[in-house]
Amino acid sequence: MNNPSEAIDQGRRGFMRSAAGVATITLAPGVLLHTLASAAPAGPTAGQPRAEPVTDQVRYGMLIDTTKCAEGCTACVSACNRENGLDLQTMPEGADPALWDRQEARWIRKVKVQDNLTGKVSNLPLMCQHCEHPPCVDVCPTGASFKRADGIVMVDRHLCIGCRYCMMACPYKARSFIHTNVEVKLTLAPRGKGCVESCNLCVHRRDNGQASTACADACAAAGHGAILFGDLRDPASPLSQALAKVPSRQLRENLALNTGVRYAGV
Amino acid sequence: MASALVTGGRVLLGLAGAFLALAVQAGGSNFVIPGSQAAQAQSCVEPTEFMRRNHMEVIKHQRDATVHEGIRSTKHSLAGCIACHVAPGPTGQPVPVNDERQFCGACHEFAAVRLNCFDCHATVPVAGPAGQGIGGAAQAPSVAPGTWLPPGHPQPTVR
Repeated sequence: MNNPSEAIDQGRRGFMRSAAGVATITLAPGVLLHTLASAAPAGPTAGQPRAEPVTDQVRYGMLIDTTKCAEGCTACVSACNRENGLDLQTMPEGADPALWDRQEARWIRKVKVQDNLTGKVSNLPLMCQHCEHPPCVDVCPTGASFKRADGIVMVDRHLCIGCRYCMMACPYKARSFIHTNVEVKLTLAPRGKGCVESCNLCVHRRDNGQASTACADACAAAGHGAILFGDLRDPASPLSQALAKVPSRQLRENLALNTGVRYAGV
Repeated sequence: MASALVTGGRVLLGLAGAFLALAVQAGGSNFVIPGSQAAQAQSCVEPTEFMRRNHMEVIKHQRDATVHEGIRSTKHSLAGCIACHVAPGPTGQPVPVNDERQFCGACHEFAAVRLNCFDCHATVPVAGPAGQGIGGAAQAPSVAPGTWLPPGHPQPTVR
């Protein structure tokens, strides 16, 4: 792909895609209508586990207002750790604490960034950005790294061979590798040696019809309300309404990944 | 020639007897642990004979539906298996299902098939911080939400 003459012709791809779409509508209008009709209810009802496959009628995302994110507050990180059993990890016997500090699985990191020209400091929680075009999925040799229909980027641990290509491909350092045997895990968050994992937007909550993520709830409970979770596809959702009003950006937007997590005030 | 036939017949008879003994042992013995919910149930989520041969296919199909499509409503979840088959030990704490005398562990030991579900999956129902996610509506025995830790495991640290 280094040869510019071999570069992918995006226009041709787009044409083929739309041609396929037209063909689908022409050949199987009944099927398409059926899909649209059955997809009408956006998700599972509250408290009920999901019975229908997820659809791309929703795309989950977040808006993080860094002006409301307090320095030194780690409410979102602790809540994430509790929710997903990350606080149950233990340092292996005789391990180097500095090494363990780098290797311990983390789904959210609190990051402080400074604009060197103006000196403006921003605090922000950084987690998997749930890209529309995730580099981790591109590089995964086994298909373990995948994007669910509703936009959540996840790891299927049954397929993960622990090669860690995805960790190198991720521009956000969002993924962690489990280096040691895990003694205790929550039923809702399986975890084992040799697999990569990252934020999955509390996928168990999504599938049980709950409204929010652990980090967004904790941030609101701490009185900051910096994290807004919701559906990017639904123009009436509070998230879409906020994105329409507040200036926001994607981190590393130059990579054209179309992240599902947006930041305001950076 | 005749003696060879007789010897062959004896060997066959012996083999048949051995297989019969195995079959009786496998069919007659019941690995369901007294004190577990499963011990009170009339049958498993499918007929017992079907589950004995096909439980792995059922769970494997369900795992793909759950991980990739988010379907968590069906009766074929591994969390459901564990919630129903886990039994309390002498202290009242649940005993891991892959323990060599428990439901999964005992039968897999007998069949000499290595289990690796539990490299990642919890071996007793361990609820999340809000008490959620231990396998549908199943009421597992004596597990306080989010508090189960094996003996000697340090308490979780809050960062």
